[in-house]
Amino acid sequence: MNIIKKTIFSVLASLLIIGNVNASDKIKIGTEGAYPPWNSKDASGKLIGFEVELAYTLCRYIGKQCVIVEQDWDGMIPALIMRKFDAIMAGMSITDERKKAISFSQGYADEVASLAVMKGSDLEGMKTPAGIGLSSPNSDAKKALKTITAALAGKTVCTQTGTIHQNFLESGDVGKINLRTYKTQDEVNLDLASGRCDVALAAAVAFSDYAEKSGKPVVLVGPTFSGGAFGNGVGVGIRQDDTELLRAFNKAIDKARKNGDISRIATKWFGFDASM
Amino acid sequence: MDLELMINSFPKLLSAALITLKLLSVSLIIGLFIGLFFAILRLNKNIFINKFAYGYSYIFRGTPLLVQIFIIYFGLGQIEYLRSTVLWVILKEPYWCAIIAFALNTGAYTSEILRSAFQTIKSGIIEAGKSLGISNKVIFYKIQIPIAIRQSLPAYGNEIILMMKGTSLASTVTIMDLTGVAKYIISTTFKPVEVFIVAGSIYLFMTFIIHNLIKFLEKKYSFN
Amino acid sequence: MELLAFGKTGWGDELLIATLMTIAVSITAMIIGFFFALIFTPLKLSKNKFLNFIGNSYTTVIRGVPELLVIYLFFFGGTGAVMYVASIFGYNEYIEINAFVTGAFAIGIISGAYSTEVFRGAIQSIDKGQFEAANVLGLNKFGKFFKIILPQTLRLAIPNLSNVWQITLKDTSLISVTGLVEIMRQSYIAAGSTRDPLFFYSFAAVLYLLLTFVSMKLINRLEVKYSRGY
Repeated sequence: MNIIKKTIFSVLASLLIIGNVNASDKIKIGTEGAYPPWNSKDASGKLIGFEVELAYTLCRYIGKQCVIVEQDWDGMIPALIMRKFDAIMAGMSITDERKKAISFSQGYADEVASLAVMKGSDLEGMKTPAGIGLSSPNSDAKKALKTITAALAGKTVCTQTGTIHQNFLESGDVGKINLRTYKTQDEVNLDLASGRCDVALAAAVAFSDYAEKSGKPVVLVGPTFSGGAFGNGVGVGIRQDDTELLRAFNKAIDKARKNGDISRIATKWFGFDASM
Repeated sequence: MDLELMINSFPKLLSAALITLKLLSVSLIIGLFIGLFFAILRLNKNIFINKFAYGYSYIFRGTPLLVQIFIIYFGLGQIEYLRSTVLWVILKEPYWCAIIAFALNTGAYTSEILRSAFQTIKSGIIEAGKSLGISNKVIFYKIQIPIAIRQSLPAYGNEIILMMKGTSLASTVTIMDLTGVAKYIISTTFKPVEVFIVAGSIYLFMTFIIHNLIKFLEKKYSFN
Repeated sequence: MELLAFGKTGWGDELLIATLMTIAVSITAMIIGFFFALIFTPLKLSKNKFLNFIGNSYTTVIRGVPELLVIYLFFFGGTGAVMYVASIFGYNEYIEINAFVTGAFAIGIISGAYSTEVFRGAIQSIDKGQFEAANVLGLNKFGKFFKIILPQTLRLAIPNLSNVWQITLKDTSLISVTGLVEIMRQSYIAAGSTRDPLFFYSFAAVLYLLLTFVSMKLINRLEVKYSRGY
């Protein structure tokens, strides 16, 4: 038994040498790097975006150094739990379902979602109010949902996997649709532009950013959505047992909001004040 | 070990397995025809036809299936011209893009299997047929093909199983096959081991069935 | 063609690094696979029913389950498994196993299952007489293995191991899902950034064909070297 224990231990030790042990004086923040303007990469591969800039600001208030780590969206929460990083700032909305696995700071920005189509689609000019809230839907919201359900019936709707948008589309609020989910928002955009998708659902700013950068005629249709399946704003995701870090982030967000940092950075990246 | 999750996810995974089987069977059938076609081309005396068939097989066996699917799904979807033709009706659907990629891929491996089976048929049998006055065409269809098929069974059985694993790549282009659903459950429940066991068992069960089916066919069509 | 240029504007340098990464992961995975084969081949050849069962389970399960599923198991659960084992020894801090080790290990386990089958087949087809002759020569266990059995095993195994190498090389394209930047992943990034998937994925295919072609040439030389004397 002793020899076996020694062997296992030396294998682990050598894996440690190949890998590396986490240093605890820095805050590692995970982001996707593929959801502009929230977070993305510039031409040289450096992580940029609203949340990257906000992260550095928040870390300054907390008084520690930040390291921003890139992580694919579908492995975001497992990576946090496995301690690959200590916080998530990746346009992740605060939802009850996610709260089962991790904690969230207070929201720092609002993400409004919208449907989008290519110009010329028969879904253009859908008759709905400008925006509806789904937390406690009023009669206007319910009517809008009915209009949308009728418009989307049998259509191919695309969105990113594991998002609030997918949850909404699967909730039954918009009836039966042909749902397709993709690994990244980029893939959603590609298939929307090529005509594989009749309509797509994501953050409104994600579509306007794509339209601007690619020059493709993407048009937002229908109302903007918030609340309900869409969660209550975007917050910092933190491990449930990391209460100290959670407190630190909440205090930092309060400061950043009071000093107008969030509004300023949001306006810079979104073109409007998306802060909460 | 979360047994409840394993029991709950089983029906979802099982119905996704049906999609896997559908992908597998359609791809294999189309691939078999493609394979037979290219195997015959490979045996042709004309050097251009021969090399062309070799090139096809070399490219599809020398590149990963993932690259092949991505080229057909994302690459072809990018070409504006294609989108205006009638082909777009097919290429628009991820299901057909996957089938095309799988069929071309298995076609390449199948052509190699059939080609080597044809080439190892003892020439004596063909000569015997000729001496009996049987025409070349009949020799080919009634003698060579059946023998080649029988000889290919072990290798082709292997190819069927490899192709079944290949269908898991359909999950990379939005198709919710067994692997796609398994990944979805893993990423929402964070319990990879339990899901792996259930999904893996379903794959192993299908492998087991295919393996025994091939063994049965080998026995039934043996020359003894 | 400017897309492939080196330096800031072109993707040439990134793709070159990605190709080196693919080669590195493939070689590492192949070696890890050999270690697994070293353990499991004797198990498969063993007369002990229990050991035999373990050996067969390894090859059957790994060769019967899609590679993507095995990779997801390691990607979503790998660090957890290592940390669990470490906590038994009282080490509770975070152990970061980087993407390279995770990826190479996952492909290595898969490669090992195929290598195990190859070695098993090769050893079983060595004439019984060789084993008897080795015993007659009075060699001890190590001498018998390294001087007589191993060289012959390698000669028989190399053609089939070249197949395993091909499989391993192509399987590395699947670890792109874990974020490791090899050929497939870099092509994905480039395709997304330039919105030109056709060009970059086709180029990726060319890169893999090149690697296949060069590998075949090198392995043929190996075959010739080990077939000397026959």
